[in-house]
Amino acid sequence: MLFDGDFTLTDQIVDSHECRRENLIGMMQDVQEHYKYLPPEVLVHLAGRLHISPGKVYSVATFYDRFSLEAKGKYILRVCDGTACHVRKSQPILEALQEHLGLNEKRVTSSDMLFTLETVACLGACGLAPVLTVNGEVHAKMTPEKAIALVESIRKEESK
Amino acid sequence: MIRRTKLTFDAQRWKAEEALAREGVSIMVCAGTGCIAGGAMAVYETLHRLCKEKGLPVSVSLSEHADDAVHLKKTGCHGFCEIGPLVNISPMNVIYTHVKPEDCEEIIEKTIKGGKVIQRLLFEEDGKKYKARDDIPFYLKQQRLILRECGLSNCEDIWEYIAKGGYSAFEKALFEMTDEQICMEVISSGLRGRGGGGFPTGKKWDSVRRQDSPVKYIVCNGDEGDPGAFMDEGIMEGNPHSILEGMMIAAIAVGAGSGYIYVRAEYPLAVDRLQKAIDQARDVGLLGENILGTEFSFDIRINRGAGAFVCGEGSALTASIEGNRGMPRTKPPRTVEKGLWAKPTVLNNVETFANIPYIINEGANAYRAIGNATSPGTKAFALAGNIRHTGLIEVPMGTTLREIIFDIGGGIKDGKKFKAVQIGGPSGGCLTEEHLDLPLDYDSLKHVGAIMGSGGLVVMDEDTCMAEVARFFMKFTQKESCGKCIPCREGTKRMLEALERIVGNEGSEEDIELLEELSDTISHTALCGLGQSACKPVQSTLRYFREDYERHVRDKFCPLCNGKPKVLQIDPEKCKGCSLCARNCPVEAITGEVKKPFVIDTEKCIRCNACVRNCKFGAIREV
Repeated sequence: MLFDGDFTLTDQIVDSHECRRENLIGMMQDVQEHYKYLPPEVLVHLAGRLHISPGKVYSVATFYDRFSLEAKGKYILRVCDGTACHVRKSQPILEALQEHLGLNEKRVTSSDMLFTLETVACLGACGLAPVLTVNGEVHAKMTPEKAIALVESIRKEESK
Repeated sequence: MIRRTKLTFDAQRWKAEEALAREGVSIMVCAGTGCIAGGAMAVYETLHRLCKEKGLPVSVSLSEHADDAVHLKKTGCHGFCEIGPLVNISPMNVIYTHVKPEDCEEIIEKTIKGGKVIQRLLFEEDGKKYKARDDIPFYLKQQRLILRECGLSNCEDIWEYIAKGGYSAFEKALFEMTDEQICMEVISSGLRGRGGGGFPTGKKWDSVRRQDSPVKYIVCNGDEGDPGAFMDEGIMEGNPHSILEGMMIAAIAVGAGSGYIYVRAEYPLAVDRLQKAIDQARDVGLLGENILGTEFSFDIRINRGAGAFVCGEGSALTASIEGNRGMPRTKPPRTVEKGLWAKPTVLNNVETFANIPYIINEGANAYRAIGNATSPGTKAFALAGNIRHTGLIEVPMGTTLREIIFDIGGGIKDGKKFKAVQIGGPSGGCLTEEHLDLPLDYDSLKHVGAIMGSGGLVVMDEDTCMAEVARFFMKFTQKESCGKCIPCREGTKRMLEALERIVGNEGSEEDIELLEELSDTISHTALCGLGQSACKPVQSTLRYFREDYERHVRDKFCPLCNGKPKVLQIDPEKCKGCSLCARNCPVEAITGEVKKPFVIDTEKCIRCNACVRNCKFGAIREV
């Protein structure tokens, strides 16, 4: 969801974290849970509420892998590339999805804003390797074909 | 919240024990990450619905116990995720594998009502069926101490934990022991940090205890970042109260008032279970002010990580809890002197804390009886890779690699040959065939240039190129380097480039030398453990599998990475028989008659591609 200029939700999040500086990461996690990314306006607003510089907020936001400053697709696909998934051939799954969705390492979100494709280092479901998550839901024992079928079924569902 | 004193708490415990003893049939559905991914929650819901429809009374926690009810429980991970979703039924002691919602009707009718075993749902291996979990070869050589209740207890019910003796170690520490006695007990148990370093836990506690500071902290490191390792996830999801209890005992021992659990971003279920456990402990009166009517006050909160591997390092982790960039700092001062908010801090990993209740309850001697002399106790390992059975296991320290891979893991997948096992993830080293009988403990591993790490064991078969494995790990560490110190920031980058050149068949002998030199420099000069150990996979693969590198450099071809060697072939359709290729071939590998298609002798061909460059018809290509 793109940011709509309304800071009500951000203020609620700040208050739920007692407006404490040390809870900045938790606040940004809550913000991202809602918008699926960290809108720059919200980061500046957070800095104001916490009486720290926007630069400080940015420095934290850009350090952690899970934070994104760019809007993401409705469905976030994460191909696990942990060791266990890697040796059980997760790379071809990533490549197949990249090709199918017209994405690459730099361009991770499809132009219709439906899919964002990322990799993650281990989801802790190594017994079911290789795995793929769609908005956090784990899909086990994937193959390139199964992954593409999954994406297509989501797309079909969405076009209804 | 109910204010409980020791007396009223013990009365409640007794009631819970009573309820547990009278428990009839219980259906335990595995609700670990693996089984949930396989559809375990649908199985749970279906069982719940069917029981209700059939008029069977159901209870989902001990506090709503009724004598004739069927107890339906969500449990932690059994560790054998590939045969999930798993359903365990007691007191019949039968475990069903690959259970689907469609099977639930039959389970209730035949097993719950009729007391019969459904043969088709049993685990089968090599023609033999297994009814009880612990008879399955995967479990035979395991000794489950900290994972004991994973799979057998309701992981979302504090009363079941209490009924099975939970929090009795905490009570013992609170009412019967002094802070010094607790530290002494942990020191003499010989427990060493399970996060990988292997530092004696009791000594750490004692250092914090001796610090003169009114404010101290307990921090639990659940930022299990090694790809391919999920032991701590299993404990956090399956037995969260054991971690809380361990932290509470540590708090008594050092005089801390608050605790933090830092959980990795990728483990939402673990956060959920831990939060539930903390809420329940607060409700019961085990966390908060004046616990059980004493002077002792302690509370725990959870911090979720945000995806930075380096936060598994102590000082980076505390920086992250403080809401900063998770960058390590120079030591000393050590965390025990100046940790979280520059106060004395006990920082231990999940598995370490989970060992504490057993040590306090059973005593140091009982604990030392498990494992071996220098590394007592058990260790959980995550077994993954090209192995027949992957999963989460727990064995006494000193168990050999052979027992783990071949007896528990069932050997290599698809009958292939064992090549190596990577222990300790991207900061660890590899062990080879010659180490199969090495006892796995802190000192033996250090001796051969590997580390225990947190306990990830990734098995590679003969088809794995170790240079490629080293590249994979270096790519990971390079990406996760925080950039604070130059050796790690620049050095890992250069190493990755060299590895990519080598694996891409464009490397030279100098690249291998560069790798050796950089490994040496970085391991001695990097600021934190991430950098210092980043070169371990390269060093150990170079030591044991130099040939894998050499092949890439010398032959510009690796059968393991590049598949079948490519050869040049002349397309007879396109060849006009001009003989230009034959005239340009330096080794006379091309023969033929003018105006007829020419052929290449692949035995003689040296792949110089002179023919390809000279052919005017594009008739020569790689196949």
